[in-house]
Amino acid sequence: MKMVEIINYFSKLVIPLFILFVVLYGYKSKVKLYESFVSGAKEGFEISLRVLPYIVAILIAVKGFQASGAFDLLKKGFSSLFTFLNIPAEIFGIALLKPLSNSAAVGVFVDILKTSGADSLVAKISAVILGSAETTFYVLAVYLGSVGIKKSKYLVPVCIISDLIGIIIAIFVVKILL
Amino acid sequence: MNLIWFLLLVIGTVFAIINGKLDAFTQALFDGAKQAVEIFLFLIGIMALWLGITKIIEDSGLVNKLSKFFKPLLLKLFKNIPADHPAIAHISLNMIANFFGLGNAATPLGLKAMKDLQELNPDKETVSFEMMLFLVINTASIQLIPFTLIGLFSQYGAQNPTAIVLPTIIATFISAIVAITVLYIFKYFYKDRCSKY
Repeated sequence: MKMVEIINYFSKLVIPLFILFVVLYGYKSKVKLYESFVSGAKEGFEISLRVLPYIVAILIAVKGFQASGAFDLLKKGFSSLFTFLNIPAEIFGIALLKPLSNSAAVGVFVDILKTSGADSLVAKISAVILGSAETTFYVLAVYLGSVGIKKSKYLVPVCIISDLIGIIIAIFVVKILL
Repeated sequence: MNLIWFLLLVIGTVFAIINGKLDAFTQALFDGAKQAVEIFLFLIGIMALWLGITKIIEDSGLVNKLSKFFKPLLLKLFKNIPADHPAIAHISLNMIANFFGLGNAATPLGLKAMKDLQELNPDKETVSFEMMLFLVINTASIQLIPFTLIGLFSQYGAQNPTAIVLPTIIATFISAIVAITVLYIFKYFYKDRCSKY
């Protein structure tokens, strides 16, 4: 448990310490800290406003898809394939949700922790998938939207294929190491 | 992106009708829109905070020191970015934020890097290779310590909550390398196809 406490403490420390470091360094370099911060912060509103339509677009599509029951059917369909490959079926839920929505994937992860236990293989594989994958569609929509890119060429297939391979890698790494 | 969005909505609507979940579906659309605004409101503050801090990092020259760590690697990957261009610095900062789990700092810095990359982009409506490379590395999400997950593990009484740290790091690094490779494979065939026509 000691190790966890240290890591937890570090996780609380990292942001304050980073900001302190930046401010001290800025002071040493004789930067007008307050003016500098404010002029940088001004950009925040403009960029946020530019990405809002893209966040709306992606969220309504993802939420609607989940609520329609299409997601459950997809999960059912693939779970038999997963059982066949000797991989716990719950993992598919995580793997499918993570690129769409982080909070939903974490929700499923907590369910797995509750039902299968925190020391189960399923929980470990799920965690590694959660830790090594991104909310791909959200990132793509927001990042591309922020600069007004309309044609994404082959970026989406590359990301989907990489995500799939990433999930397989995550399963293998856990099975080998743990 | 067009196809993905189209599929999500069409499949969603069709299934909502078949499953008789139209109420829930419609409600989910409104919830999505509402949640987007909540994220937006949150984002304004977070963006202002981190872009403010970033400005201090730039003005004080700290940016050169921080980006030194990733610069040699980044210059090799992003061959078309001039060495002294701010894009390199912002990509470095974004990677540092991801790396050390500075959580919500990554998005503001990433968007700033996108802005720099767009300046270098000859066709403003089409994604450049550098942008794709940046996004692919970004979505592979290289993180050293997954704090949230460790927290959840210890909350639910795992014997060794930090056991997943090493596998996560290994998995994420391999995935990143695979993702970059996949991107290059696509680039190769895409060129091939274009030169044919």
